[in-house]
Amino acid sequence: MNSLLNIDNLDLTLENTSILRDISLEINEGETTAVIGPNGCGKSSLAYTIMGLKDYTPDKGEIFFKGEEISGYSIDERAKKGITLAWQEPARFEGVTVREFLSLGLKSRGEQVTEKKLARALREVAIVPEKYLDRNIDETLSGGERKRIELASILIMEPELVMLDEPDSGVDVVALNNIGNVISDFKKENTGVLLITHSEEMLDFADKAVLICKGKIIKKGNPGEISEYFRYECTPCEDEDYEKHTKQEVENVG
Amino acid sequence: MDDYQMMVEAYKEAGGEDVFADSEVAHVVLERDNILGAHEVEGLSVDLKNREEGLVGVKIEVKEGYKIQKPVHMCFGVLPEKGVQKIDMEIEVQEEAEVEVMADCVFPSAAKVKHIMNADIHIRKGGSYTYKENHYHGEKGGVEVIANSDIKLEENSYLYTIFSLLEGRVGKIDFDYEAELGDFSTMEMLARMQGAEDDEIKIREAGKLKGRGARGLLDSKIAVQDDASAEILNELTASAPESQGHVDCTEIIKDEAVARAVPIVEVRDPEAKVTHEAAIGSVDDTQLQTLMARGLDKEEASEVIIQGMLND
Ligand SMILES: Nc1ncnc2c1ncn2[C@@H]1O[C@H](COP(=O)(O)OP(=O)(O)OP(=O)(O)O)[C@@H](O)[C@H]1O
Ligand SMILES: [Mg+2]
Repeated sequence: MNSLLNIDNLDLTLENTSILRDISLEINEGETTAVIGPNGCGKSSLAYTIMGLKDYTPDKGEIFFKGEEISGYSIDERAKKGITLAWQEPARFEGVTVREFLSLGLKSRGEQVTEKKLARALREVAIVPEKYLDRNIDETLSGGERKRIELASILIMEPELVMLDEPDSGVDVVALNNIGNVISDFKKENTGVLLITHSEEMLDFADKAVLICKGKIIKKGNPGEISEYFRYECTPCEDEDYEKHTKQEVENVG
Repeated sequence: MDDYQMMVEAYKEAGGEDVFADSEVAHVVLERDNILGAHEVEGLSVDLKNREEGLVGVKIEVKEGYKIQKPVHMCFGVLPEKGVQKIDMEIEVQEEAEVEVMADCVFPSAAKVKHIMNADIHIRKGGSYTYKENHYHGEKGGVEVIANSDIKLEENSYLYTIFSLLEGRVGKIDFDYEAELGDFSTMEMLARMQGAEDDEIKIREAGKLKGRGARGLLDSKIAVQDDASAEILNELTASAPESQGHVDCTEIIKDEAVARAVPIVEVRDPEAKVTHEAAIGSVDDTQLQTLMARGLDKEEASEVIIQGMLND
């Protein structure tokens, strides 16, 4: 398996608060890495930093995509290289239809957007194309519908590396299966996936997992083990022994 | 090509539909003060008069109970680079009558053009008037529009207006629309405009909800860039029981552009309610970054967002 993403010793500070600390991570082609951890531990921040969002410039460390350091690239330059992001809480757009939204990525690369491609992407996430293609991607969509359309818009782009930020949250159990299928599709296409999730079911689709606590990766391993550890053994982060605790865990990872 | 054909061509180029040969469609075509075409349909009269030097009077009346099937088309404009067009418009929608008017104002080669429009609109009991005005001012920014409307809505009547200028330059626009609403009447007034370079947009829209259960909506969406400026004054006064109003103003700015929104809401009856929302700023970051993560550069992404907002 070829290496796709390599993060080395990444630190991120936002408004004088340390958000990510010494993050090192590798994602290979066709491999899904789950990122788990408590609310506010820095999972989304990690995805934003890889995507290069505004303010998410690391203070330290390097991000390599297919061997090339990408920290200096803008969001759209990274997207053009094959990296993209499905947001935890996707934005709404007034006056932009689902059809337009799904077509944007391909059009920007000068590729043709066929009805067939649009329909296939939507069906993958259990959205009936005829009902939704001409609807606006605004506040009239439900939260779950919006998230599924977000995923469809990523799928249609055929990225090389995708960060899925809690694709399952707010989505019903039936559609949850489809999200699993989407991840399997990515795998087939040799796409690397960074899967941020709180759900056990989603972890079944991951090949590896990392547990983040207060901005640090404290454990890496197979998804079942990491999840088990997080649920039953992880010391709550508010614990005053936190510093000692993470130090010890990092040594274990080490 | 004669003037009439040239106006129709300019109108079509600005996105207008070619309806002038359809005998079921009432229309008016004016180039400066030249009356180039007029057509009536059953239930709707069109009266055009050259008044004093350079001023044209346009009177449209929809007779009681008539529901005009196809929208009336009005085409106003100035073809040369320089010129003045002054129109006094009178609209009478009689009781229980219904009509939709699509007005296109085209100034395709304008370098120094002035368009002055004064409108008196009277919608009687149960009447309904839909007015869609679309402007195309060319690419030089040499147009000045001064438009005043006095609107009266009687009991149970309905008014919908939308003004759009989405292509080319604005030049200068100074708008003043004022409406008075009777019992259970409804008004929706929308404006969609895009300004660039040194364009100046000034809009005042005022609604007086005087009748019981009257409803008013003022909704403006404006995008300005470069050195353009936009000032939107939205005033809603609710003075009768159960009257309700909402003011909504969204302005997106880029570059050195300046946008101002002044909502004035006034309520004079404990059973009335008026709400307002205003959002002014640059393009939303999350929206922008979402599209950039799909490979669009910053310019392309903000264009998608702005066009979406304006076309909503
Ligand atoms: N601009 C900012 N300035 C300061 N702190 C910030 C800023 N943005 C985010 N944070 C903080 O960074 C931390 C990490 O946030 P992040 O959104 O990455 O968490 P998360 O792991 O994705 O959480 P969740 O599971 O709730 O989605 C949080 O404590 C958050 O409050
Ligand atoms: Mg998050």
